[in-house]
Amino acid sequence: MGKAIAFLTRTRGRGDGSQRLHWTDWFTYGYLFLGIVLMFGPVVWLVMSSFKTDAELNNFPPRFLPYAQESVVLDGHKKPLPLFTVTEGELAGTQVAQVRRVGIVSQMVKLDAPDEIIKIKVKEREPVEKLALAWENYTDLFKRFNFLQFLWNSTFITIISTLIMLLVNSMAAFALSKYEFRGRTTVLALIIGTLMIPQTVVLVPLFLVVREMGMINSLWGVIIPGAATPTGVFLLRQYMLTIPDEILDAARMDKASEWKIYWRIILPLSAPAIAVLAILAIMWRWNDFLWPLIVLSRTENFTLQLALNSFQGEMQTQWSSLLAMTVLTLLPIAVVFAFLQKYIATGIASTGGK
Amino acid sequence: MARMISYCMRIIEIPMLYLQKRLGISRLAWVFLLPNLLLFGLFAFLPVVLNFVYAMTGSDQILLQDRTFVGMGNYQTLTSCEDFLNPNSCKDDLFWRAVYNTFWFVLLQVGFMVGFALLTALMLNSKIRARGFFRSVFFFPVLLSPVVVALIWKWILQREGLANAALEGMGFDTINWLLDRHWAFFWSVFISVWAHMGFYTLILLAGLQAIPRDVYEAASMDAASPFRTFRRITLPLLMPTMIVVLVLSLIKSVQTFDEVYAFTGGGPGSATTLLIQYVYETGFAGTPRLFGLASAASILLAVVLVILTCLQLWASRRNVNG
Repeated sequence: MGKAIAFLTRTRGRGDGSQRLHWTDWFTYGYLFLGIVLMFGPVVWLVMSSFKTDAELNNFPPRFLPYAQESVVLDGHKKPLPLFTVTEGELAGTQVAQVRRVGIVSQMVKLDAPDEIIKIKVKEREPVEKLALAWENYTDLFKRFNFLQFLWNSTFITIISTLIMLLVNSMAAFALSKYEFRGRTTVLALIIGTLMIPQTVVLVPLFLVVREMGMINSLWGVIIPGAATPTGVFLLRQYMLTIPDEILDAARMDKASEWKIYWRIILPLSAPAIAVLAILAIMWRWNDFLWPLIVLSRTENFTLQLALNSFQGEMQTQWSSLLAMTVLTLLPIAVVFAFLQKYIATGIASTGGK
Repeated sequence: MARMISYCMRIIEIPMLYLQKRLGISRLAWVFLLPNLLLFGLFAFLPVVLNFVYAMTGSDQILLQDRTFVGMGNYQTLTSCEDFLNPNSCKDDLFWRAVYNTFWFVLLQVGFMVGFALLTALMLNSKIRARGFFRSVFFFPVLLSPVVVALIWKWILQREGLANAALEGMGFDTINWLLDRHWAFFWSVFISVWAHMGFYTLILLAGLQAIPRDVYEAASMDAASPFRTFRRITLPLLMPTMIVVLVLSLIKSVQTFDEVYAFTGGGPGSATTLLIQYVYETGFAGTPRLFGLASAASILLAVVLVILTCLQLWASRRNVNG
């Protein structure tokens, strides 16, 4: 034991024990492990809960692992019967199946004699349980709710608006970084100015503009207004400024058109910045809430976020579906994060979020 | 997909080539800028102008020609109070409740968030193993959608949830967390800190790592205590980053809506109704839809945001120059 602790607490450097962990190190690790519990715990709890049956979800106090009651199919009974263990009386310790329950008495049958009904008090039995994942919470989403429609809406908005955002913002960044023209400073100032106009303060007039363009209750009403972002323009422009102009001149010598220069040279060379913006755009659109809430009022247009929000009001008791849906909503972002976390972190740090 | 995009690009090249010959290279820049400027014009600058028009007109019609001119009426409705410290004495009491809620929310959220972000950044910056792993542990909630964050915590705090089970396990009475106004407010601040802290931790960590090592070496030569080192070296050198973090978090905190709305719906009563929710509910969710009032409220909010954004630009410029 002592050796194990010595091993775990050793630090790099001399091995003579003069550099054992200081109390501040213990404090640091304590804080960080508390952080793991506090940050990961709620999400793990959510995922675990999403695999529990309705009965298990209503259990208080809740258990960590998803359990489900075992059931058996017996001759003479159409449905599978739930299994119990008798806790008291002469039958104590045997497994019986419950046919039905009347008040505080349940009618049971022995497994080897399925026709013979025995009466046992509810208190004197205990359910036989096994670990089981309630996948039906997830399959129900596809059967009973319009889940695929919501998923499609969210995916469509995310992909299309990311593509449009990349195209529009990179074109502007190209013009602002590689051309000298009169009014460039003015345009830059204007774009900085839009930083001061977040969607949240122009909701009402934005609604009018989008309405006049006939995009209320249409996915395009969510896609188009958010397509140009000052953050995106600046992120890309900053990167494009580092691309040497000589490359462009060489291409012009070879009679490449300006569009070809943009498309064949500038875009591929600024791929790292484009990737960062793409990740940010996907995150913003997938998680977007307030503006879709205003624009999309019909259920068939709902994004996943809107569907989640409106279902939590309606299905106060139906946590099983709600939890499964929450897990499926956070899954794409979790996958993206797992693969691209380095880029996400640097990207977000370099742009200051949104 | 890639093929389709490259096909589209080739089609766009045809009109662009024509424009290039017609306009010349330097004026082509405007063609590249056009889509962006059009979008900014339509969805940012035009709305700002229209916002003032809305704020000065009444009625529940969205079309401008159907609206009646009321001058400063909407502002007067919002700001007529007998006693500004008591929302009940105001004509529009919900607005003032939202103002006070937002004020306390911003104060507590920014305070705790920046505090914990700094502490976490300091921990992550000390000599530890698996720094990358711990960094992403604190960072990943930033990526979760606000609605998901709200639901995760709602599930834990529901009447028969994990939090109450823990309370009962320790022998306390269970609490109906989201039906008590003080607890609901506390948890709103809490989930908001939980969700956004990692982002600021990341920025502060970058700031800490930019502090040169030799300064610390010099300090340890002089046998400075850790606390003194922190106060005399770390804190002053981190100040520019701290200012950026403070202003950024203020800007975002003032605009909080999503997670709190999905979490409590503004309740119980109006205990957690924040300003953006007031704008949303007066303008879009309630009947009649009071667009004018919503606009006037959002203009008052915009004034605060413009000041904060100017501060941010000033701070980040100073940061770059310094």
